[in-house]
Amino acid sequence: MILGKRRKNRDVEIPSASLSDIVFLLLIFFLVTTSIDTEKGLDLVLPPPGNVEIKIPKKNLANMLVNAQGQVLLDGQEINIRDIARIIKQKIAENDKLVISLKTDAETDYQTYVKVLDQLKKAGAKKISLAEPEQ
Amino acid sequence: MKFTKKSKVNVSIPTTSMPDIIFILLIFFMVATVIRQYSGLKVDLPTATKIQKVPGSKRHIVNIWADRNHQVVCDDINVKKLSNLRSIVYQKLVEDPQIQIALKIDKRNKMGFVNKIHQELRKASALKVHYFAVPGGEF
Repeated sequence: MILGKRRKNRDVEIPSASLSDIVFLLLIFFLVTTSIDTEKGLDLVLPPPGNVEIKIPKKNLANMLVNAQGQVLLDGQEINIRDIARIIKQKIAENDKLVISLKTDAETDYQTYVKVLDQLKKAGAKKISLAEPEQ
Repeated sequence: MKFTKKSKVNVSIPTTSMPDIIFILLIFFMVATVIRQYSGLKVDLPTATKIQKVPGSKRHIVNIWADRNHQVVCDDINVKKLSNLRSIVYQKLVEDPQIQIALKIDKRNKMGFVNKIHQELRKASALKVHYFAVPGGEF
């Protein structure tokens, strides 16, 4: 019995020469499948479900109405969409508890609504309340 | 004239650390990739200026497309009746309470239709919405 002679010091290394090639392939795969989105949006928090009425003092409320033609009425005064940011900024500077109630018509264009929202964001308005459109 | 001082400078770029660099790049792309992607509907997004990136990971975003023909798609589900949107979104909210809604609504839609989507989302208690828009506009 010469079992001891068979014990050889075999090299059991994994060949690592092609490792960088494998990693390269993986890299290319992930490079191709990744889509870095540049999509962005305007954020808003919707009112919670149910008809819970929250009482807001009249002096802290700014009523904003947008009709189907894209005209904007702020506290009974017609204003230009471009002027919203400036006027709201002034109002917030006077009263930082101001809540803007935004009400649209059912026929108002979505683009107009986004424009108005954009202006409110520009003015730094944080408290925007969404009222249901008139049917 | 003797030009014996011509020394041979080795000008090869060291490549020993290249696998490391590739590894780091690989890990970056692996982390940044979200395999699940939905094609959605073809919508013409409105323009806005003060748009910002949606905070948080893309994994917590539920996309809702609404095109001008009042077709609604939520991620990979085609919403045939708008009143079904409530349960679909609610199901997603149960699975992941952190979800935010990305609304991709065509700019030619009317607010009456947009409000119906609002109502469905409110009933599903998914209140954090983002109106997706493209940069631009005359302001």
